[in-house]
Amino acid sequence: MITRRHLMGSVGAGAALAVTGLKLPFPDDAQAAGAAKEPGLPAGTRSEAVLGALPGKKPLIKLSYRPPNYETPIEYFRTPITPNDAFFVRYHLSDIPEVDANTWKLAIGGDGAEKQAELTFNDLKAMPATEVVAVNQCSGNRRGLFQPHVFGVEWGYGAMGCARWKGVKLKDVLAKAGLKKDVVEIAYGGADGPPFDKTPDFAKSIPSWKALEETTLIAYEMNGAPLPHFNGFPARLIVPGWTGTYWMKHIVSLEARTSPLHNFWMTSAYRVPLGKFPMAARFTTQEAPGATATPITEMVVNSLITSHADGAKVKRGGSLTVGGIAWDGGYGIANVEVSTDGGKTWTAAKLGENLGPYAFRPFSFAFAPKRGANVIVARATNKIGQTQTTELVPNGAGYHHNLPHRVTLNAA
Amino acid sequence: MKTVCALLAAAFASAALVTGAFAEEKPVELKKAPGLDKVEANCAACHSLDYIQMNSPFPSAAMWDAEVAKMIKAYGAPIDDADAKDIAAYLKKNYGS
Repeated sequence: MITRRHLMGSVGAGAALAVTGLKLPFPDDAQAAGAAKEPGLPAGTRSEAVLGALPGKKPLIKLSYRPPNYETPIEYFRTPITPNDAFFVRYHLSDIPEVDANTWKLAIGGDGAEKQAELTFNDLKAMPATEVVAVNQCSGNRRGLFQPHVFGVEWGYGAMGCARWKGVKLKDVLAKAGLKKDVVEIAYGGADGPPFDKTPDFAKSIPSWKALEETTLIAYEMNGAPLPHFNGFPARLIVPGWTGTYWMKHIVSLEARTSPLHNFWMTSAYRVPLGKFPMAARFTTQEAPGATATPITEMVVNSLITSHADGAKVKRGGSLTVGGIAWDGGYGIANVEVSTDGGKTWTAAKLGENLGPYAFRPFSFAFAPKRGANVIVARATNKIGQTQTTELVPNGAGYHHNLPHRVTLNAA
Repeated sequence: MKTVCALLAAAFASAALVTGAFAEEKPVELKKAPGLDKVEANCAACHSLDYIQMNSPFPSAAMWDAEVAKMIKAYGAPIDDADAKDIAAYLKKNYGS
C-alpha cells in the first residue's frame, strides 16, 4: 500500500499518522514523529518531505522520490538491530532494475586477477557463510544539520541502520579468480546506473587490505531474510566500520586492480579534508602527493538519544530512564556519558547488549527530572580514545557530523 | 536539446512503470515563475524536483550557479547554455537566500 502525508503544514505529523491509520512502533509516545521536526534542518527540507512507503518498506521519511532517498525515523533506533522494512534507502542514480536472483551473476576479474571467474547466486550461497552485525551509515548522515548548510540530500539523523548481515567473505570470492601480488585496490559496480549515459556510473573501490578482512562480505541476507530490493537485492558488499558509500548494492562486478580507480565517485566525491578528522584507517592509494583531501573511510564515533523525542513531556522527580545507541568505525564503544544539564556535568551511562564492535551499542541512564527543561546530551568514546567532536569540522559535502545529540525534556 | 530531454523523461517514465520502483513518485510543484518550464524539461529528466526545495532556501546566487554547473560538468546533464542560464536565474530568484 502506498501512503503519504505531509509531515509539516497545517496537519501535524502525529495527526497525519492517525488519519492514515499508520502507526509508528511507539504509539504511546506523543512526540513519536519528532524525527520530522528536527531543528536545524534547512527550512525547505521538510516542505516536501512526506512519510512514504516504498514497495516492501514501512513509511519512512521521503527526502527525494527519484532517485529514492528515504530516512529512517529515530523511533526505529530504540533497538540495536534496525528492521529491514524500516532500513533507510539511499541511491545516487535513478535507473534501478529489479534484479532476478536466478539470472544474477557476479563477474570477477581485473588486471590484478590471475583469471576471470563468475558466480551465480546458487554458487555464492553454496560457499561457506559467515555473519557480522554492522552499522551501515551514509557518509552524509546529518548533513542537513551542518551550519552553514551545504548542498546534497539533507538528511536528519536517520541515514543509517544496523543489521545482522550473512554472506560470503569477499576474500573467498576473490580467491575464485586469484589475486596477483601487486593488487592495490578492489573495485566494484552494481546493477543500478544513471538514467542518462553521460552521467558517471556509480563505481567504487576499497584498498586490498580492507577487502581481505574477515568481516568484509558479499551479503545475501539481512536479519535472517533476503535483502530488500531497496537495500541491494540479491547481494551487496558489507564493509564494516566504513561509511555506506563503499557498501555497493546489487553488486555485479569485482575488479582486482594494480592501479587506483579514478572516477567521479572516487576522485571528486566522498572526499574529506586531510588531517581534520581522527582517521585511523586511511585509503592511501587514493591520495595524490601533496593532496589536501582524502577519501572518507571509517565512521567517526557517534551516539543518538532515541528514548525520547526532542520536546517530550516527562514527569518531574522519580526516576526516568533515557537512552539510545552509540557506534564508531569498529574499534568498539568504551563508554557513553550523559549530561542532564545541557553539557555542564557528565555521568557514565550503562552500556547494553554488545553485538560486536561494528554494531549499535545501546546505552541507558536513569535520573530524576527537575521542573522545567532538562537538556539531555550524550557523548560516546571508543576504545582507541576517540570521542565526539565539540565543534563541527567544516567540509564541503557535509560528512562526518558527530556533534553530541541533545534533546530537551520538559518536566511538569 | 529539449527534445532529447523529453525523450529521456518519457523513456524514464515507461521504465518506472515496468519496474514499479517509482510508483510512489508524485508530482512536485515548484513555484510558478519564469524559467519553471526549463527546470521541468531539463532537471526532472534525471531526478525528482523535490531536490530543489530540500536544498532551499539557503543557497546564495553563487551556490545555485555552481550547482547548475556541477549538474552539467560533473553529472553530464545535456543542458544548453541558454537553458542553464534560465534555470539558474529561476533557482536564485525562487529558492535562494
